[in-house]
Formats: sequence, C-alpha cells, structure tokens
Amino acid sequence: MDVAIIGIGLHRFGRSPDMSGMQQGASAVRAALADAGLAWKDMQFAYGGSQDGGNADALVNELGLTGLQFTNIWNGCATGGSSLHAAYTAIKSGEYDMGVVVGFDKHPRGAFNPQPKEWGLDEWYGETGLMLTTQFFALKTQRYMYDHGITEDALIRVSQKAFHNGSITPTAWRQQALSYEEIANSAMVSDPLRKYMFCSPAEGGAALIICNANKAHQYCSNPLFIKAAAVRTRYYGSFEVFSPSQAMTVADAPTVTASKAAFELAGIGPEDVDVIQLQDTDSGTEIMHMAENGFCEHGEQEKLLREGATQIDGRMPVNTDGGCLANGEPVGASGLRQVYEVCVQLRGEGGARQVANNPKVGYTHVYGAPGISGVNIITK
Amino acid sequence: MTSQVPLHEGLFTWPATKPQLLGSRCSQCAEAAFPAQPDCRSCGSRDTAVVELGDHGTLWTWTIQTFLPKHPYLSGETADTFRPYGVGYVEMPGGVRVEARLKPNSPDQLKIGMPMQLDIIPFCTDENGDQKMTFAFSAVAAV
Repeated sequence: MDVAIIGIGLHRFGRSPDMSGMQQGASAVRAALADAGLAWKDMQFAYGGSQDGGNADALVNELGLTGLQFTNIWNGCATGGSSLHAAYTAIKSGEYDMGVVVGFDKHPRGAFNPQPKEWGLDEWYGETGLMLTTQFFALKTQRYMYDHGITEDALIRVSQKAFHNGSITPTAWRQQALSYEEIANSAMVSDPLRKYMFCSPAEGGAALIICNANKAHQYCSNPLFIKAAAVRTRYYGSFEVFSPSQAMTVADAPTVTASKAAFELAGIGPEDVDVIQLQDTDSGTEIMHMAENGFCEHGEQEKLLREGATQIDGRMPVNTDGGCLANGEPVGASGLRQVYEVCVQLRGEGGARQVANNPKVGYTHVYGAPGISGVNIITK
Repeated sequence: MTSQVPLHEGLFTWPATKPQLLGSRCSQCAEAAFPAQPDCRSCGSRDTAVVELGDHGTLWTWTIQTFLPKHPYLSGETADTFRPYGVGYVEMPGGVRVEARLKPNSPDQLKIGMPMQLDIIPFCTDENGDQKMTFAFSAVAAV
C-alpha cells in the first residue's frame, strides 16, 4: 500500500503573539484541509505533537469533536518525523485511508532549558551547566572540524545560504539576507558556533493530509508519494546530545542508520535526490548531516559549500526555505515544515526559491534529543 | 562555619589526597560509563560495578559556555556576574569520555589532545552556607 500526501498547510513560523501554540496548529490543519479540498470530518485519524504548545489531541476542541482517533507523539526535535512515520504506517497497514499529521509549538525566547529528570539524568547534570543543546552541537562540530578538516568558512557559508533562502521565502521568519562578514563577525556563542550560526526556538505549525495512494487522485490532481519513512534511535557509541559520557569508539549516528533504512525502502540512492531538507539546528549540524545522510563524504563539505553545490541552483539544494536557521525551531512543527517545503518544491510552487528542472525526488531529515533521527523520501 | 559537601554523591572520591572520578564498568563487555549506572548501555547486562576512572585525561573536544544557562543551572550567578566556562569531553584512563566543566575558558587556552587534570572545585553555596563541590578539569601546567 503506497501512501500519498494530498494536502499541505503551514502556519507561518516566527512569532504569533496573539495566538497560542495550539491555535497555530489548528491554523496549519485548516490550511492543509483547504489545500486538499477536504473537511476535518473527513479525517479518520490524526497524529500530532508539541513540546510547549500543549497536548496535540486537544486540537479537537478547535477543529471539531468528530470522534476520530488522535494519538499524541513526542520525540524531541524528531517529533514531526515520528508523527509522519506513525501516520504512514497507519495507512500502510490498511487500517485507515485518510488522516492528518500535525505539529505545532510556541517556545519562550532564548535557549531551551531541558530538565534532566525528563531525560533520565540526575539533576547535577543540569545544575552544573552541562545540559545545553547549544553546547552539544558546538562540541560535536568542534571535533568534526578537527577530524575532517572543516574550517569556519564552511560554517559561515551554510548560514549565508540559509538567510539568503529565507529572504526569498515568503513564509520564512528571517527575511533578511546576511553578508559573509556579518555572520563571520557575529558574537561567538559556543565555540566554534556564532550567533548567526544557530537557529532560535520559535513558534509555528505545520500539517499534512495523507491518504491511501490508490484513492489519492479522487481528491487531488497532484498527489505526492511517501516512498520511505524511517525513524531510528542511537546505537551505543554514537555521539549524542545529553550524554554525561561517551564510549571511546564513535559509532554511526542515528541519522546514518535512518538514512540508510529510508534509501533501502525507497530503492534509490542519494544521487537520485533533487531537493534536500536537513536538520540545521546550527550550521555545523547541517555540514555533518550532509555526510551522515549520504550526500557526500566526510570532509567534502568544505569544497561543496565553496562551489555553491547546496544552494538552490546547485546540484544538491539543501534547505531551500532557509531551514531551521531562517525559520526558527518550533520543535513539534519543524520536521513537518521540512516536508511541507519539499512538497512545495515537487509541486513546482516554490516561486523565487523554486529548484529548476522539475525536481522529482525530495528528502527530509530531522534529528532530536537524545539521539533520534527521522528520514522521509517523497516523490512525484 | 561553612563546610564543603559534594553537589551529588557518587561522582568522585572526595575528600581525598588524589580525588578520582567514579564510574561503572560492565563485567560482561568491559565498557565503562559515567556516572556509574546499574545497567550497561552497551550490552544491556545488569552486572556492573563502580570503578575509579582516573584523575586525568586528554581533551577530546571542547566549547565555551558564554551565556548564563537557565534553570536548573545552580551557580547562583546573575547575567551580570556570570563568568564563561569551558565544557569538554575528556578521555579518561578508565576507558570512557567524560563531559565536564573546564577551568580554561578562552579559545587560546584549549586545544584538542591537550592533557587535563581533575579538580574538585566549589561550585555554589547552598542556603546553609555550605559550599557545594563539583568536578572540573584544568590544563596540566607546562613542565
């Protein structure tokens, strides 16, 4: 049983001071329903998640008490990927024909402040200032640069691309392109990562209507197809966030295993992908995720970025809407924003940011604490 | 009179002439963990024992925390009094990389591969006026 995407909806990321996180989720669902030409009462099931916006199933109070199955998903920054995976399997199993996947969030300003107990850790780890996601991404990037000869030039180029793409994406939060120098001279936050190399916790919502592919054309003239959805947790030895200690030998990250599983399911390879969305919590992670997802060798990123390979007009466009760097990160919604953008590109509706030559295969990747990754491959 | 107490029991031997970090080692697969835990992350066995991981190591990666962390950070500092601190993973002789605060807090003082020495340092003062002690690593002074 193939699975189709027949509707996509976004509540613009950034700040919506007059709306709760839940209302932003409902706004995204309404947009996705309108896009599909369907009504909430047509939905047989829903999967959704949010970190700070409340329980996703309470959305029924906004959208209508129709009795549908609504399951809440929570998997850190990989929540969107996990929700879509759950919905994909619900349709693949044959149990349902049509449902909705939704993610939304509304975070306070400033860095996240995770609580150790929620991650199976003792309080001292947070109390002594070791449990910051910004630190982890800096520590991993620092070691990666040392191991693979990546320089600050590559970090700057990732950010420059992100903010440029944001400036031509009407739904992006950050609409202002930044120069190489502005990024290079921005404040150092966590060595080697500077202010304009980090995404910010934000607000927003994203939703998809998915459907049994055999019935998709009844509702939609341009369905897209989920060829693979894979979610993986870490193996012993992979270098992950919220780890008071690490094994001496570094194992493959969950991104590597999720990516391999997804390519195997889809029966294609990285060279077949036309448009790519990678978790770019910061510019260092986009660089590492390029290789972990199989799009290049470790260390090759420096050259690829210098050549512009990951720009919209490059041979492997990455984060065409500006990614997390330009859209911010509402944790529950972020993974579905990636899928939304890939769908926009495959439909050819990207406007100024449209990837040329009629892209046919899209790829999305989320990464979250404490070492979980979700990958989707979507085709025309 | 103020006294000094560990912020958390079981992380290091202290007071001691040469304090050691404490972790656990699995008797099935020999992998080590910090802090000590009753089950093994590598093989899933529940056959682990508390061991000393050592008092020195090599810096595997590092960063600098430049802004005051939010709750549950307990240093008692304010945004005005906050002093940046180093954070790194240190490879211990006990066979595990341990995340720790680093006393050096500027990029020119830190280099991957440099030798590091364990220090038990006062971290904050509790409501009774007692100093809470935690572990950190310093650069080994050049000979």
